[in-house]
Amino acid sequence: MREISAQQITEAVKRLCIHTNCHLSGDIKSRIAQCREQETWPQAKEILERIIENYQIADEQDQPVCQDTGAACVFLKIGQEVHVTGDITDAVNEGVRQGYSEGYLRKSVVRDPLRRVNTGDNTPAFIYYDLVPGDQIEITLAPKGFGSENMSQIKMLRPSDGLQGVKDFVLQAVEDAGPNPCPPIVVGVGIGGTFDKAAYLSKRALLRSVEERNADPFYAELEEELLSAINALGIGPQGFGGRTTALAVNIETLPTHIAGLPVAVNINCHVTRHKTEVL
Amino acid sequence: MPNIQIQTPFTPEDARRLRSGDSCLISGVIYTARDAAHKRLCELLEKGEPLPIDLKDSIIYFVGPTPAKPGQAIGSAGPTTSYRMDAYSPLLIAQGLTGMIGKGKRNEEVVSAMREHGAVYFGAIGGCGALLSKCIKKAEVVAYEDLGAEAIRRLEVEDFPAIVVIDSAGGNLYQTGRAAYLAETRESGMNAI
Repeated sequence: MREISAQQITEAVKRLCIHTNCHLSGDIKSRIAQCREQETWPQAKEILERIIENYQIADEQDQPVCQDTGAACVFLKIGQEVHVTGDITDAVNEGVRQGYSEGYLRKSVVRDPLRRVNTGDNTPAFIYYDLVPGDQIEITLAPKGFGSENMSQIKMLRPSDGLQGVKDFVLQAVEDAGPNPCPPIVVGVGIGGTFDKAAYLSKRALLRSVEERNADPFYAELEEELLSAINALGIGPQGFGGRTTALAVNIETLPTHIAGLPVAVNINCHVTRHKTEVL
Repeated sequence: MPNIQIQTPFTPEDARRLRSGDSCLISGVIYTARDAAHKRLCELLEKGEPLPIDLKDSIIYFVGPTPAKPGQAIGSAGPTTSYRMDAYSPLLIAQGLTGMIGKGKRNEEVVSAMREHGAVYFGAIGGCGALLSKCIKKAEVVAYEDLGAEAIRRLEVEDFPAIVVIDSAGGNLYQTGRAAYLAETRESGMNAI
């Protein structure tokens, strides 16, 4: 057994909180720059220029790209041959606490959904635990803003709704969201599994680079087709009209029940943040 | 597009002169408030008690900033989604609020109050909190400090960029901007995907 201390996990989570919130990943930046080149509508182009200027300031000044520094969503892949000395959940939460405090990040979590008192340190994190072979721990942090989270949808389609039903639902979700989630957006789609797994898949889809298509050519083609259809809606950056409504559509799938076709759409804004560290 | 300079206080007459699609630069004093602060303000109004800020001819910015680092006036400070304030905005507009800065759709009740009293809904670019923070020269908490990021702050702004999304006559850039783009692309055949 390889030992990894709770302290190492805390340190990694803290680093990830500060870094992801201040520095967008290269794939998002190059896609936004590419969209600016392709955009034909003057106001849309100008907004994309401001968006680029914003992430450049954030990079240079180590400042949060967006004031909604999100709910801390943490995806752990824990090797079966790792022994963690200490409580792994506490270690992650401590990393969030330290990262959000020392990084001057916004504390955006309330303790109870109805009584709504801020926890003051952005904990608890929303953690997914996966057991995998090996002796390492992979930690992915994805701070998730709620302007876009609130525009996400899930539906239990009938198998007879088929491919067309999935396309219609994804397009309708983007149409319903309109200007609210800060377009240009990244669209995470989860198809299959159970009610909860479809939602999980749609969130996990947002962790994939916007430049990487689904490994299955059938779904890779569907991603491209949906992206074209979304960018023909005309919503545009910030909803003021234009071509650039979405930067990418990422689809993840799972086997499902003979009676079901669950589909979830998790929408993210142009400030799509995620980073991985391996211990 | 030329920018229209706006200096607070922002009167209903000022508001009625603006049209959706106008690009503006706002200077002067504006207040921050989002969900929790709006709820408290409206509870005070329902009880007939005085508000901690004077809403007459004022502009509210829907924002919850990140904490300021040493030497900064404010942390990142871009707009939050406005529809969550729809339940409260008509009451505040009736109290003299003339401008709101946010992003995203508003409902009919808000637009109707804007028409009746003379108010404007501005959009700032969502997700540009680092950039927009540079136009905020001073920030101080004036109410509800216990709410943290959601406290009401008095901001001094200079040339804060905002686009009129919905004007006091009900003109709506989300509808007209998109329609104009689609009409243009259809004409030039660029929409054939």
